[in-house]
Order: sequence, then structure tokens, then C-alpha cells
Amino acid sequence: MAQKPEITDSSGDKYKYGFTTEIEADTVPCGLNEDIIRLISAKKKEPDWLLERRLKAYRHWLTMKEPHWAKLQYDAVDFQALSYYAAPKQKVRPQSLKEVDEKLLETYNKLGIPLKEQEALAGVVAVDAVFDSVSVATTYRAKLAEQGIIFCSISEAVQNHPDLVQKYLGSVVPYTDNFYACLNSAVFTDGSFVYIPKGVKAPMELSTYFRINAQNTGQFERTLIVAEDDSYVSYLEGCTAPQRDENQLHAAIVEIVVMNNAEVKYSTVQNWYPGDKDGKGGVYNFVTKRAACRGINSKISWTQVETGSAVTWKYPSCILQGDNSVGEFYSVAITNNRQQADTGTKMIHLGKNTRSKIISKGISAGFSNQTYRGLVDIAQNARNARNYSQCDSLLIGSTCGSHTVPYIRNRSKSAVLEHEATTSKISAEQLFYCQQRGIKEEEAVGLIVNGFCKEVMQKLPMEFAIEAGKLINISLEGSVG
Amino acid sequence: MTEKLLEIKGLCAGVAEGGKEIIKGLDLSVKAGETHAIMGPNGAGKSTLSYVLTGKPDYVVTGGTMHFCGHDLTSLKPEERAALGIFLSMQAPVEIPGVTTQNFLKHAVNAVRKYNNLPELDAAEFLKLLRTKAKEFEVSAEMLKREINVGFSGGEKKRLEILQLSLLQPKLAILDEADSGLDIDALKIVANGVNQWRAADNALLIITHHIDLLRQIKPDFVHIYADGRIVKTGDMALAEELETGGYKNYLDEAQ
Repeated sequence: MAQKPEITDSSGDKYKYGFTTEIEADTVPCGLNEDIIRLISAKKKEPDWLLERRLKAYRHWLTMKEPHWAKLQYDAVDFQALSYYAAPKQKVRPQSLKEVDEKLLETYNKLGIPLKEQEALAGVVAVDAVFDSVSVATTYRAKLAEQGIIFCSISEAVQNHPDLVQKYLGSVVPYTDNFYACLNSAVFTDGSFVYIPKGVKAPMELSTYFRINAQNTGQFERTLIVAEDDSYVSYLEGCTAPQRDENQLHAAIVEIVVMNNAEVKYSTVQNWYPGDKDGKGGVYNFVTKRAACRGINSKISWTQVETGSAVTWKYPSCILQGDNSVGEFYSVAITNNRQQADTGTKMIHLGKNTRSKIISKGISAGFSNQTYRGLVDIAQNARNARNYSQCDSLLIGSTCGSHTVPYIRNRSKSAVLEHEATTSKISAEQLFYCQQRGIKEEEAVGLIVNGFCKEVMQKLPMEFAIEAGKLINISLEGSVG
Repeated sequence: MTEKLLEIKGLCAGVAEGGKEIIKGLDLSVKAGETHAIMGPNGAGKSTLSYVLTGKPDYVVTGGTMHFCGHDLTSLKPEERAALGIFLSMQAPVEIPGVTTQNFLKHAVNAVRKYNNLPELDAAEFLKLLRTKAKEFEVSAEMLKREINVGFSGGEKKRLEILQLSLLQPKLAILDEADSGLDIDALKIVANGVNQWRAADNALLIITHHIDLLRQIKPDFVHIYADGRIVKTGDMALAEELETGGYKNYLDEAQ
């Protein structure tokens, strides 16, 4: 739709009128129905097969009920009140960092985020920053393309690599999987696509590029990673700085396919807006992440540091299908104030000699509530499968909650399963000891918490780990005293 | 003229929860270069005095004053008191899982330096300092890598406390039952460490009910503490007298 000429006039009532016109031109009306889905698909110039999949998912979603088994309490989401096409909200976009919330900037500075990146994170329209990141992106992409690595948005992949997308999209998380995944399958807007060809080891961590560019992927993000035989990639999702975001509901899907002797390392630092001290606002994060180790000797390693969101519902899982395949899950989840997190993993052992390891560290403070929920499932034919699970909880104060719900389903006599769990509390004695040696209470908490989750933090790529360590301290500010 | 480090006048203090008064009008004045010993029977509240001086949150001051180098201690947080130069060697140092001894010590040293506007030590500088000191107190490299106080023996814990005293170089050190649970050799290491640290510009307050440590450290003043007050002050001869006569006479006196 063409913009009306009034839009260029930035004075008085005329501007308002022009502005409204622009909004109408760039967004689809609130609500969800087949017409909306057709509209999204048309806007993205998608092939018929993808539209058909979206519609199929939508029709199935109508028959599904929102799950309530997690230990989470939140106001019901009105799915008809949302707009399903993520247009940039120009009305609230700040023009410079001067207009950005001081607290947000303070956090960026504490984390040592470079200025240009701060602008990108805060959603500032900064022409040079955009140019800068585009050129960086192009350089990286060219370098990756030399080795046949495809790294682009999922929308581009649909246009340029339809065969790959059609083959793998939904092959790990089918649209029928769960309520949120089904919704995502119907309405996803964008996300990332990674393809590592046979025998290729990605020469860099696919991160810097992503960190700047994957903004505004919308609330229904879709990521697909395919690692062919003998390949390797380390992928970093998210960023350590809090992201300015108006979307209340996030329902993303990440699918990973790992073939023979291939390895994928997927690291996440999730720091969406957690809501205020009293639990007002904040993101609902309902994410389905799953990797299929299809090939023999394949390996997937999930590492997550979850500090954000008001409500987190997330279980990055591994389907260990290929013989000798390995699944790992390393998690640090921190909840403060009124945050709630129900997170864990599923290790599905199908192949012989498959091994999995779960290391979960949960830290609760304030009035927050946290649950580790995990499943270790050993199929009958998964001979000599092994799992080691360790779930440790650390409580700060006496008004928070921590729960551990480990499910085990074993149908193989040869399986070896180990589970260890501990719950501890930062005691007043420990804090006083630190203070008596000159260490401030908050620094002491940071020291103890960082020590508590060291095992997981060590799994993060170096640069990321340093920022994530600082982030932990920031997330726990105000949790004592 | 010697500098007055600690000045306590008519101090009354007790447990924050329940409000039970334990210290009932205590006077004590400690000058630079002096060593004071406070002796008293078990349960008299000797440790309470050390906690009140260092600002442990479980205790409240209900009357009197305490000043350290001119600062009103009651208005300062525990970490501020520590950074100003009050060090407490604790009777039972707490275990902090996950935090290596070395990392803890680095944080402590730099926190105190930062407070006093000194540049923080980088990893190499700190390690150099730590290695020298650790050797003195027979603290092994392996021990420094372990989580602080976790699984340490009584002797190891006390040695680590004195190592911290030596690293932090406070103006006033309070040793709370620093001798409990130590064998003769460990006691010697602790006493030697303390003696090395003693100087004309710092002071030592030893809280104990044993005489062994005092024989090695040789205090200038010995105070008998009973029923929340200092009931008698003397010198080392008083401590020797207690060793034979016990606290009984003084307890009666206090009541």
C-alpha cells in the first residue's frame, strides 16, 4: 500500500493522520484466522507448500488446549488480541540513546557492551550502525559461503534453499508437538537458518553476526540448523544485554538435525525483560527446542543461561537416535523478584550406546519460583544407554521456591542411570564472612553464585562466558539486604 | 603520643532476635602497638563482643559508643569496618562451596584496596603476593585451589585465617578463640604469624579462655570478662593466676 503524502509532513494533526496511515499499511489486524495466515505467507512471498503447512498447523492448533502442567501461574494470553505480523513499531522506537531508559543503559555499561551494539540492542535507528553491521554481515557471510556454509534468515532460506527447508523444517518438532510449537508453525515470522555441509567445520562461532542482526525477528521465531556428516558448528543465540522488547508472548522453535559424526554446540543467553519488582510486565517465553542426533557418533550440546523473562517454559531436548550419539544439557537458570521458570530437558535414548548428561543449576531469589523438569527416556533397543543427571538448587533468602521434577522412563535392562540433586542456601554466616573480609554483600552473592554455576559457565565460549558472569551479578541485584 | 585505635564506652548490646542483652556496659580502650587479651568463662559472651565490633547483623547495640580511628562504628556496614582495618579471625570459619580459596582471597584483598583508593592487584601481582604469604603459613597450592574452608581441618581453617590477616594487613585484629582445636605445631604457626604482623601502628585483641596462645603472644593487658563487663584488668600475671584459680572468684564478684 502506498503511503499518503501527508506522512512527510511532520507537523501537527496532519502528522498524526499520516502516521496512522503508515501503521495500517505495515501491520495486519489483531487476531488469528486463516486469512491472517494467508496474508503473512503472501507478504513473505512463500511457496504454496509452506502456506499449506501453516494452515494445517493452524487447523490443528484450534483443536489443542494450552498446557497447564508446568508449575507456572500467569494471566491467560488472549491469542486473538495479538498481531501476528511483526512490523517494526516505529511509534516507540527511540531516535538516539538519549531517549533510551537510563537503567537499560546502565546495564549495558556494566556489561561493557560497545556503543554501536547498545544502539542496536535498544532498537535505535542509527544509520551508521545499521550500515556497519550490514557490511560486517556481508563479510562474514562471504567467508562462510566459501566453505558452503549457509547462514541466513529462515525467510531467505525459504526463497533460496527451498529444498533444504522443505526437507528439514518440522522434521524434529512436528506441528502437532505441543500447543505453542503448533502456534509457531502456523504464524512464525522469521529466524535463522544454518546449513553446514559434509565435512565442514564452521571456522567461527556463528554469533557476532547474529547478535547484531537477529533483532526484530518477532515473537514467533523459528530456527533450523542442519549439520551434515562430519561437520561441526558452534551457534550462539541471544545476547547478554537485556533486549528492549514490546512483545509479551514469545513462542519460538529451534530445530537441529545432526548427522553422522557431526557435532552442534548451541549456547543461549536469554535475558528478555523479566518484569518489574512486583511482577508487572515481562515476557512470557514458551520455547520448544529440540535436536535430533540422527547419525552415528553425532553429538549435540545445549548450554543455556536463563536470567530473563517473567515466565519461562523451556526444555531443550535431545533425541539420541544414532548409535553412540551423545546429548548434553548444561543449564543455569536464575529467577529473582516475581519471575517464574519451569525449565529442564528431555533425553530420549533410541540408539545403542547413547549417552546423555544433564547439569542443571537453578538459583532462586526474591519471591521467584523455579522448577527443574526433566525426562530421561530409554527405549527398549537402546542397549547400554547411559545418563548422568545432576540438579543443584541454590536459594537466596527465604521467600523463593525451588522444585526438582526428574522423570525417568526406562525400558532397557542394560541402561545405567545416575541422578544427583542438592539444595542449598546462601547463609547469613557466609555473607558475613565475606563482608568481614571487605567484600560487599552483593559482590559476595555474585561470588557465591558464580562459583555455584561454574561448571556450566565453563561450557560457554570464552567471551560470552565473561559477559554472562557479569549478567548473573546484575540479575541478582537487590536480592539481598 | 600513641594513636588510640579502638575506644569503647559503656557498650550495651545483645541478640537482635529476642533482644537478650549480653554486653552490659563494657569499657575498653586500645592504642596502637598494644595487645589486649580478653579472658572469660564459656558462654560469657566473648564472641558477642567480636561480632558487635565487626557488625554482624544478628546483633544490636542498645547503648554506649564504639569508635575506631575516630569513626563511629555503629554507622558502618561490616565490609566498611573491615576495609577500615578491623579483622576478625573467626572461631568457626564458614564453608563457602563453589568459591575457591584463591579467588576469595583475591576478591577480599582487592575489595579492601579499592575502598582505600589503592589500585587493585591484577592476577599476576596477586599470585606473587599470595605465594609468598602462603609459604609462611604452610598453606599449600592445593589448599588454595580448594573451595574455601570446605572440608578443611580445624588447623587448616585457623592457618587460613592468619594468612588472611597477613594479606589484608588490618590495623586491629581480633582473634576469637584462634587457638581452639589446634595442636602444638599449628598453634606455633598461628602465633608466629600474629607476632610477625604485630607492629607499632597496629593492635591486637585476643579473645580466649586458654592460656597457651597468650604465653606465645604475650599480651600487654589481660582483661577478665564476666557478666557482660570487664571486671578486672591486669597483665600476664593475671592470666597465670586464672590458670590456677579459675574464673570462680571473678564470677562471684560480677554478681
